Amino acid sequence: MSEPTVSEQTVSEQNSPADMSISDEVMIKLDNVNKWYGDFHVLKDINLTVHKGERIVVCGPSGSGKSTMIRCLNRLEEHQKGEILVGKTVLNNDLKNIETIRREVGMVFQHFNLFPHLTVLENLALAPIWVRKTPRAEAEATAMKYLERVKIPDQAHKYPGQLSGGQQQRVAIARSLCMNPEVMLFDEPTSALDPEMIKEVLDVMIELAQEGMTMICVTHEMGFAKTVANRVIFMDAGQIIEENNPDDFFDNPQSERTQLFLSQIL
Amino acid sequence: MIINDTKLPDLPPPGSTTGVVGWLRKNLFSTPFYSLLTLLIGYILFSTLIPAFQWIFIDSDWVGDSRDACTSGGACWVFITVRMDQFIYGFYPEAEYWRINILFGMLALLIVALVYEGTPKKGLIAAFALTIFPIFAFYMLYGGSFGLTLVETHKWGGLSLTLVLAIVGIVASLPLGIMLALGRRSQMSVVRSFCTVFIEMWRGVPLITILFMASVMLPLFMPEEIDFDKLLRALIGITLFQSAYMAEVIRGGLQAIPKGQYEAADALGLSYWKKMALIVLPQALKIMIPGIVNTFIALFKDTSLVLIIGLFDLLAIVQAALSDPKWLGYSIEGYAFVAFVFWIFCFSMSRYSQYLERKLHTGHGAR
Repeated sequence: MSEPTVSEQTVSEQNSPADMSISDEVMIKLDNVNKWYGDFHVLKDINLTVHKGERIVVCGPSGSGKSTMIRCLNRLEEHQKGEILVGKTVLNNDLKNIETIRREVGMVFQHFNLFPHLTVLENLALAPIWVRKTPRAEAEATAMKYLERVKIPDQAHKYPGQLSGGQQQRVAIARSLCMNPEVMLFDEPTSALDPEMIKEVLDVMIELAQEGMTMICVTHEMGFAKTVANRVIFMDAGQIIEENNPDDFFDNPQSERTQLFLSQIL
Repeated sequence: MIINDTKLPDLPPPGSTTGVVGWLRKNLFSTPFYSLLTLLIGYILFSTLIPAFQWIFIDSDWVGDSRDACTSGGACWVFITVRMDQFIYGFYPEAEYWRINILFGMLALLIVALVYEGTPKKGLIAAFALTIFPIFAFYMLYGGSFGLTLVETHKWGGLSLTLVLAIVGIVASLPLGIMLALGRRSQMSVVRSFCTVFIEMWRGVPLITILFMASVMLPLFMPEEIDFDKLLRALIGITLFQSAYMAEVIRGGLQAIPKGQYEAADALGLSYWKKMALIVLPQALKIMIPGIVNTFIALFKDTSLVLIIGLFDLLAIVQAALSDPKWLGYSIEGYAFVAFVFWIFCFSMSRYSQYLERKLHTGHGAR
């Protein structure tokens, strides 16, 4: 894997012309989004706009609502107030809209969530066949292409239970990519992995970022944030506390809460 | 500092822990107390199994046409062989036995084709077995059209009736149970309440009561003209009763599927029915194979309860034969035969379920 060169170009959204891959097209827009679990207010007035091609890293202590926020984006969690726009579709209770959004938004989970009763190839081809109505042969050819991209084509006919954690997570990434999504959401993709497997997954994600995929990653991998992110968001207690380009975020954090957090994890 | 460069060779395990001697020592004679128990149980088995074997096989009579043939002092299987036709076909007219025989043959072929691994086009065969075959079987058994003599259901009996009850019950209660289980976990409160009430109502009543109500009470409330067939009523009762049980077994399986599986299916954009059919149910049913087969076996044996509403299944017809004055006193043979036939069917189901579990195991803890 070649040493990524994006880091030198990372700039904040405001002065983004240097980063050619980011367009003006709005991919995701959260407008005053609020969510409660019972009485517990998990998300408080979240405002966020993500443009096509942006790589956003969301970090924060556990319980800060960062996972909940990205899970709201494809309706794995329901928000109660505010508006979420994904692509040109408003996320509301309309099942059609939800299905449209889910087709365009890929998601990678902490625990991979591969389908254990299907082979790797079947895992990848399932959604294209049943959701996009792609012919089986074509779906499997695409699946093999993505398996090669994540460097495990030889595991195509094994079951997920026979793979290592890192391999499973790479399969999970490939499974999402097979749907040809506009945006990829990563929910702590490396948190459940053994240390020696983290790199192989991050490498795949870095490559994906370099190809211009719009990404929102909840992660504690600060090296990854420095390398590929063009914006870092820090959340605490359901709020976005700080939002900046990675260089300034790590070298010159503004809020006290951010400084404390960074001092504990770096 | 320690550096270890030599690789130790693999040695065979100590002799006394493997092989027959090792097995005996570990399992039967590990302590003096266990040795004593082994000898005691061995003696009990020896002193009961040998006479039983003698009674069943050695001192028994197999051929003849009346009780006079039974002279050896052991089991009198003549009683069974003489009445075998009745035990299998019930009161079905003898000239029409071929109809049942054809169905038995087809059923056996279908089961072999579906169980054997190498069969091509299994899906088509299964579709045939579940759609065309039951209709065909009904017309063959009931007759009254296509030039076949009409044989009313009260003439059906014996093993063939038991199989009709069991197969219809099994084939119909599984899909019904799946729908009820999904309904009970549905987000829609009307569907959920309906399924919950249905399940709890049928599960809370003994099957005998249901059969009684189906055969005695239902006709009281129905207008005279509507003559609901008694067998059909029993079939509906058994199916609905078992589907309630099946629903709870399957619900257990659904709950064992991790939330992540639902979320992954959702995130990929699968609709509710596709998510259930492609992701959740295949895994849930696999976990629940032991429970599902357990319910099937219970259903198979429960079919003998229809004797209380006057249907002559295998058990009922053997019991009736026992009261024949010509054959008084052979109840042990009769019941042993019934038990053996039931056991063959139930044990086959059990073995098949174990084979399925092994075959479907894909080496994972579900994540």
